[in-house]
Amino acid sequence: MAVYLDHAATTPMLPAAITAYTEAMTLVGNPASIHSQGQNAKRMLEEAREQVAASVGSDPIEVVFTGGGTEAVNLAIKGFFWARGGRRRILAPGGEHHATLDTIEWLVQHDGAIVEWLPLDDLGRVDLAALERSIASDPESVALVTLLQANNEVGTLQPTLRVAALAAAHSIPVHVDAISAYGHVPIDFRAVSAAGVSAISISAHKIGGPVGIGALVLSRSATVVPLIHGGGQQRQVRSGTQDVAAAISFAVAASVAIEGLESEGPRIAALRDRLVDGVLAAVPDAVLNGDPDASGRLPGNAHFTFPGCEGDSLLFLLDAAGVSVSTGSACQAGIPEPSHVLRAMGRSETDARGALRMTLGRTSTEQDVDALLAALPAAYAQASRAGFADRVPGR
Amino acid sequence: MSGGVDSAVAAARAVEAGHEVVGVHLALSRMPGTLRTGSRGCCTIEDSMDAQRAANIIGIPYYVWDFSERFKLDVVDDFIAEYTAGRTPNPCMRCNERIKFAALLEKALALGFDAVATGHYASIETDADGNPELHRAAAWAKDQSYVLGVLTAEQIAHSMFPLGATPSKAEVRAEAAERGFSVATKPDSHDICFIPDGDTRGWLAERVGAEQGVVLDRSGAPIGQHEGAHAFTVGQRKGINIGYPAPDGKPRFVLEVRPKTNEVVVGPREALDIAEIAGSKFTWAGRAPEHPEAAFACEVQIRAHADPVPAFAQVVATDAGTELKITPDEPLNGVAPGQTAVVYVGTRVLGQCTIDRTVSAVPVPVT
Repeated sequence: MAVYLDHAATTPMLPAAITAYTEAMTLVGNPASIHSQGQNAKRMLEEAREQVAASVGSDPIEVVFTGGGTEAVNLAIKGFFWARGGRRRILAPGGEHHATLDTIEWLVQHDGAIVEWLPLDDLGRVDLAALERSIASDPESVALVTLLQANNEVGTLQPTLRVAALAAAHSIPVHVDAISAYGHVPIDFRAVSAAGVSAISISAHKIGGPVGIGALVLSRSATVVPLIHGGGQQRQVRSGTQDVAAAISFAVAASVAIEGLESEGPRIAALRDRLVDGVLAAVPDAVLNGDPDASGRLPGNAHFTFPGCEGDSLLFLLDAAGVSVSTGSACQAGIPEPSHVLRAMGRSETDARGALRMTLGRTSTEQDVDALLAALPAAYAQASRAGFADRVPGR
Repeated sequence: MSGGVDSAVAAARAVEAGHEVVGVHLALSRMPGTLRTGSRGCCTIEDSMDAQRAANIIGIPYYVWDFSERFKLDVVDDFIAEYTAGRTPNPCMRCNERIKFAALLEKALALGFDAVATGHYASIETDADGNPELHRAAAWAKDQSYVLGVLTAEQIAHSMFPLGATPSKAEVRAEAAERGFSVATKPDSHDICFIPDGDTRGWLAERVGAEQGVVLDRSGAPIGQHEGAHAFTVGQRKGINIGYPAPDGKPRFVLEVRPKTNEVVVGPREALDIAEIAGSKFTWAGRAPEHPEAAFACEVQIRAHADPVPAFAQVVATDAGTELKITPDEPLNGVAPGQTAVVYVGTRVLGQCTIDRTVSAVPVPVT
């Protein structure tokens, strides 16, 4: 049985979420229909919405279901940009997820947006002074600020409340991509909304729900231009027949994740510490990336640079040994990319190529961590011998 | 695994021969196209997906290894530099020499593999003393031993060509269909993979620029203008617009391209006949001949799909070191510096040189 240490990519569905999903799929009824079966579907959908809202501390009406996290991010960034009446500047930290990077780049190339990538410090945290200067240079021209709550590669938590306060002073909408943080650290939308956050993105499959559903939690006072037009469902923000079964399954996963936060968070953090200590003992040259302080990073995240070898060689060798890890993001063709997050943190391309991420989740055990630690020394030695054969020498 | 039918069948056969096989697709561009176009058979995301689907069916792990940086330097930039220097390179050979059986092999060996298996049509045999030899494929029509002529003994020892004994490409396609590979009917690729539309001249013009220059006759006298030397290749007839006929009334052919001075030399077809070729960069594919300095009978092939020509070859001393000198029994037509001459003895690939000088069979007439 393969050892799965890539929970940040996706995590196994909860049995209860699978049961709820499959049971709901047997029911007929479009929640927009007026008859009784439609009303029944609508009731189940809205119960699910209430549970998802409760998991992030929002009003149910603020939960806009989407086809996943990427759609939620797109809806927030494009939706705010288009709703902001010709304001062209988008401010975002470097090292964001591709859902953000590529959405902004598209707006730059096709819609006249001007992006300012804010610098990260060496732990991956956004430079607040730079943000403040950037806003102050011309607050009226800023369309929105967007940032990750926790970096999906290195796990660093961002000071979202302080970012929101800087933007709120000029009534600039702030979107927080909370997809990697959701279910792992508490989220209180009422509190962050009061501080100036207008919307957060979340996704079901990162917490044991199904792939294919996420949500933009959109403050009732915030306005976005929709991406998808049609029947006007969900506050006219996201048209399309709503997926009741997926929403119910999402809601089950959300409830379990929130109930388990207090017990699972510390358990996973302890496993993570065992993993980090073990890796640094097995490979003294390895460098832990991101915030070494547990309060500053996601509990399930461990991210290292292994000097002198390619992350993809290590991934291959660990895979052959039955341990699934990640190099971060891969492009569509499956080419491992040098970590753009480490590059944004000012690290060299060589460091960025030697990066490997291990992420833990609800099903992770000490045996999983120990299996990695058992396989790692040999894999590291062999990957070091392979070195950078695919690279041009001297670069 | 390029995403083509040959490498897919080669991988399946390697598995059935009892080897532990991992499918590797080489990413040779950082900006791959999305869908396959024209006659390219690799390098798009669709090709990568085709390769992965074949690996899925075979039941082997599959990874994409990124050699784009080395490919750009060792193959694409080299291709441009060779043309810029007036030579006619073969980028597929360069890729075999420096990427597939060098960088890839090096990485694979370091990661614990024993060999690189590809879908090339060629055979590896072992001589009485256990030395590996590279031979032509059973199917001469598909034989690709020419583009593998750059391999050394060490590289051949770590190579496998599971298609070498196959009688025809049709058989490989039939086998692919039987195995359920979606690529069974995928068209063959035959263009340079990094020039998507097949327009090599246009592609080069974009990268090296085009400047008007002088067309010379064999005596060195200017007889016309051209729009950029890189657009010409030795043996070319079309596109030489002098405006008036040659004194003998016969068509003119490109005899020599001099990019440094942006000159193109033209003359009669007979002047393309080459009586001797030589290259200082030569390698032996397997064990070297015992006395290469003594002229030995062989066959020489100067293009992937040219017929082999009986010849004598020998290693001779030059001012700068040594060179492999090849004298064909009959003159060769249309040989350009930069091309590779592969030397065969029977079906065995003995070695190769990159041609850096040629001697015309027809001396320049005294004017």
